[in-house]
Amino acid sequence: MSGPLLLAVVAVAVVGSSGIFALALPRAPRLGQRLSTLAFLAGAGLGLAAAAGGLAGPPRTAQLAWSVPLGSLALRLDSLSALFLVPVLAIPALGSIYGLAYWPQAALGGRAVRLQLGYGLITAAMALTLLADDGVLFLVAWEVMALAAFSLVVTEQEKDEPRKAGLVYLAASHAGAFALFGAFAWIASWTGSFQFSAWRGLGVAGPEGVALWALLLVGFGSKAGLMPLHFWLPEAHAAAPSHVSALMSGVLIKTGLYGILRLSGIFAAPPPALGAAVLGLGIASAVLGVAFALAQHDLKRLLAYHSVENVGIIATGVGLALLGRARRDPAMALLGFAGAALHVVNHATFKSLLFLGAGAVHRACGTRDIDHLGGLSRRMPRTAFLFLAGAVAISGLPPLNGFVSEWLVFLGSLRSLSAPRGDLLALAVLAVPALGLVGGLAAACFVKVQGAVFLGIPRSGAAERAHEAPPPMLLPMAVLAAACAAIGLAPAAVLPPLERAAAEWAGLPVGAMAAPAADAAASAWRVSLTALALLLALGALWLLRRAWLRGPQPRAETWGCGFTAPTARMQYTGSSFAEMLVQRFLWAFRPRVSLTPPRGLFPRQAAFAAEVPDTVLDRWLLPALRAGEALSARLRALFPAAVHFQAVLVLATLVVLLAWRFLLP
Amino acid sequence: MTSASWLDLAFVLVVLVDFYLLASSRLPAATRAVALQGAVLSAPPLLLAGGGHDPEHMLLLSAGALLVKAVLIPWLMFRAIRETAVRREVEPFVTPVTSMVLGAAGVAAAFALSRSLPLPSGGQHPFLVPTALGTVWVGLLLMVSRKEAVSQVLGFLVLENGVFLFGLLLSDVMPVMVEAGVLLDLLAAVFVMGIVMFDIQRELASLDTQKLQRLRD
Amino acid sequence: MLRALLQPLALLLAAPLLPGLVNRVKAAVAGRRGPPVWQLYADLWKLLHKGAVYSGTTSWIFRAGPMASLASAATAALLLPVGAFPAPISFAGDFLLFAGLLALGRFLTALAAMDTGSSFEGMGAAREVTFGSAAEPALLLGLAVLARATGSTSLQGMLGPGLSGAWAGAAPSLILAAVALGLLSLAENARIPVDDPSTHLELTMIHEVMVLDHSGPDLAFVQAGAALKLLLFGALLAQLVLAARPAGDLLGLVAFAGGLLAFVLLVGLVESAMARLRLQRVPQLLVGAAVLSLFALVLVLR
Repeated sequence: MSGPLLLAVVAVAVVGSSGIFALALPRAPRLGQRLSTLAFLAGAGLGLAAAAGGLAGPPRTAQLAWSVPLGSLALRLDSLSALFLVPVLAIPALGSIYGLAYWPQAALGGRAVRLQLGYGLITAAMALTLLADDGVLFLVAWEVMALAAFSLVVTEQEKDEPRKAGLVYLAASHAGAFALFGAFAWIASWTGSFQFSAWRGLGVAGPEGVALWALLLVGFGSKAGLMPLHFWLPEAHAAAPSHVSALMSGVLIKTGLYGILRLSGIFAAPPPALGAAVLGLGIASAVLGVAFALAQHDLKRLLAYHSVENVGIIATGVGLALLGRARRDPAMALLGFAGAALHVVNHATFKSLLFLGAGAVHRACGTRDIDHLGGLSRRMPRTAFLFLAGAVAISGLPPLNGFVSEWLVFLGSLRSLSAPRGDLLALAVLAVPALGLVGGLAAACFVKVQGAVFLGIPRSGAAERAHEAPPPMLLPMAVLAAACAAIGLAPAAVLPPLERAAAEWAGLPVGAMAAPAADAAASAWRVSLTALALLLALGALWLLRRAWLRGPQPRAETWGCGFTAPTARMQYTGSSFAEMLVQRFLWAFRPRVSLTPPRGLFPRQAAFAAEVPDTVLDRWLLPALRAGEALSARLRALFPAAVHFQAVLVLATLVVLLAWRFLLP
Repeated sequence: MTSASWLDLAFVLVVLVDFYLLASSRLPAATRAVALQGAVLSAPPLLLAGGGHDPEHMLLLSAGALLVKAVLIPWLMFRAIRETAVRREVEPFVTPVTSMVLGAAGVAAAFALSRSLPLPSGGQHPFLVPTALGTVWVGLLLMVSRKEAVSQVLGFLVLENGVFLFGLLLSDVMPVMVEAGVLLDLLAAVFVMGIVMFDIQRELASLDTQKLQRLRD
Repeated sequence: MLRALLQPLALLLAAPLLPGLVNRVKAAVAGRRGPPVWQLYADLWKLLHKGAVYSGTTSWIFRAGPMASLASAATAALLLPVGAFPAPISFAGDFLLFAGLLALGRFLTALAAMDTGSSFEGMGAAREVTFGSAAEPALLLGLAVLARATGSTSLQGMLGPGLSGAWAGAAPSLILAAVALGLLSLAENARIPVDDPSTHLELTMIHEVMVLDHSGPDLAFVQAGAALKLLLFGALLAQLVLAARPAGDLLGLVAFAGGLLAFVLLVGLVESAMARLRLQRVPQLLVGAAVLSLFALVLVLR
């Protein structure tokens, strides 16, 4: 086993067992947690070194002697897995530092120990999923990941919300895994092996190909949170502790996208229909995800719906890459792939940043309802600043990293403009206005969040008394914000590994994408130049303003158009801010409204509350399940409950089966 | 400009009027737009006449369209609007924004897919079939999504305009008398609808067709 | 390098003329004399020398908003070709950065409005981002039409010399795209029929109500940024319509100025002839612009 791969395996082992210290030192909780975190950081550092090696060098494979039943312990570290390995290790590492202050073992005891164990385990399982070169190993790691995630979601198991969210997650996760089991077994029945290397170049076309990809898209799509399989996501991400939400939203869901990329990279060039399907799913997820997010007022639920949106953007890029590969357009494949892969990294940074910020707000104010917050930028200025960086980045605005990856996806979509007249490929250009709409809506949503949470006047006593988060929580957020700025200001620097990974994924020799990659890099440097110009202009204006504004600056009340006593209750809340936009999406969801209208000349009490339940989960799935439950209860009532009647049923089944076996040769 | 680019312009104008109708809620303005569409529709037969079609036939068709679609029918519609005093479509079933999006999607699909239709469109202008299909779609959309009877009649007229365009494909094999008959039928239909609208208005003091649901025999 | 510095500065210095000219056109139509053309220069000069008053609820975001809106508009000016001069910075897909910079300015202006805690400014911010999110796809669609017609994805290629060939081949699409971009430039710049730039205290306003609390140099930055944004959209349209530009640098500039004048005239006439739309109809206008662009794109794609 060569260097980087060995490093990666050691990293998986160290990270996976990092929770041991917390478990072993129940008497010294502070020390235990610190040691665990240190071990985690050490393991993650090793893993990142391995990823750096994987990005730079050729693919490395290894086959270990120890066998998994049915499969084998085959590992592979190539540029695709290395690319995903970076956020998969870096984000949880930062989260573990955050956890020192956010989820202290000294105060929380056993619950914190369980979280520490699960946290290491899930990270190791994710890393192993990326390294697996064998279907069975992949699925084993996949299951460990799902179970660890379940235990993390139900960390606060005494509350109803996490329990419900955890069960929904478990069910959804296993339904997805079931689809994957089926798909992998099916492929293995064609190729005679579960090893990915034996699947290489497999051509899947025709009705069988459609069925196989449908299974794979269900399996991976439900993990990634693509509409309409996203229904478990908002609940689970909202209910988990914030650094776990950051891990789940930032990196866990990306394993689903990794699966799509991994298998499509292994198979022979896909038909254009697959690319079109992924593209369509991506656009639907992006638009609907952000629409649902706009309607939320629970901060973490809102952020979770934004994950659906961003997964949609990534899937759009993947769809374009698949189309480019199918049409033998290396530029389109490169741009779509690079946009998708970079957005995986970018979303991991800014979404974890936002979740960590939400955790700081929750810790300071005890509520996640943005309509009960406000004015926090004066009480938590550092958190507010860092959250703003995340908000600008997630809205896809320059000069931060969200813009860069969306720009690459846009460029990939614009490639379809060079299609000949009458070619349906040109329809892929519709991703441009769709993503434009998504960007506009996301910006609207984050004006709402930043405005309602951090700006204006506090809407509750808790928000009034809020205080800044401690350094262990601020440090990881600052690192993430710096990463957002670095990628946003120098995007060309991250293009070479993306190009290498894209070429490897598309099955092309290393130089095949050099020309479009050089074009993209030249453009990316000019993006940096423009971003620099923006910063210079800002600096110049700042200096000018300082020179002009030298006198005293009197303080006054906000002008209330003649109203002399403005109160916090007169402000626009998050709900009223988004009202006009939410009205546009009533075809996608129905708010549950409870209204106590003001009565009389001098009304005393009036109340308005609106809740937007998830259309898929609360309107379709749960009612359908309940109907199914009622139906089966009715069916059961048809049969007597006596034991011998049940026995007769078993016997009858047996006889029928035997008869079938003997009568039909 | 060549006759082909004039044709371009005519077809684009027809589609623009379609979009305008989907967006507008003022009935007089919408009626004027339908009249404009009718007038524009009298151009394609003339412009196509160069391409191997029978010139007299086309001239007749063009004049008929101009007379019926741009003059007579709008005049009847304006009378109906004046007598019933309904000026705007207040609450359509589908909001203007949604119907515009649906209309645009339909027209885009028509333009994107019309190539693959098995039609005798070899020598025709490439915009003819998609414009016809898109106009039919918009007419149907208008009839389905609006409540006022006047708007529904306008939708019917737009639908018929689309069918008229489609008919240009077959103008070589269709006798003049058939087309004249169609135009006369249209006129009679609008006449009858005008009378019906007037009666609805007198009975219900409204042209909201939803209120007709209560009518049972 | 020098041009990269000069172009935004020159456009910034010229920008306050545009609102003045629009006002003159409106005054002329109404039979008044109207304020002098350089009124906005005088206003800006006065504001820059005044002090500023800040509300006790505001934080640094309130102070950063005006700077950001002006800086992003000035940076966006780097990406446009002016007359026969090529754009100082140009690359594939730069029109997305152009749209992104304008969106950044809008984002921070809206946040600054939210920072005051005023219900009026919250209302303005809500409307601004609502309509902004509908304008974004329309803008990108319109520019995608140009990209297909000229075969280039940079603003320099889309609005530069390559455009004359596109007019020969795809005139109907380009006319539609120009109309759509014209509608957008009215909406994005808070002009009638979407917003009313000349009143200050009406509940139906969008942009003006967002910046109620700014004063002194901050307000000057806001107004200069708004004027520059108007100029950017005017320049976009002027470059698009003036496809057959004279070759020389100076003649090109003259033609460009003429195009801007025509744009100003058009805006002034629209403002004189129309009333402001009801708020509910504004999305209709924006979706209409998007539909026009989509139709133009379909025409140019087949």
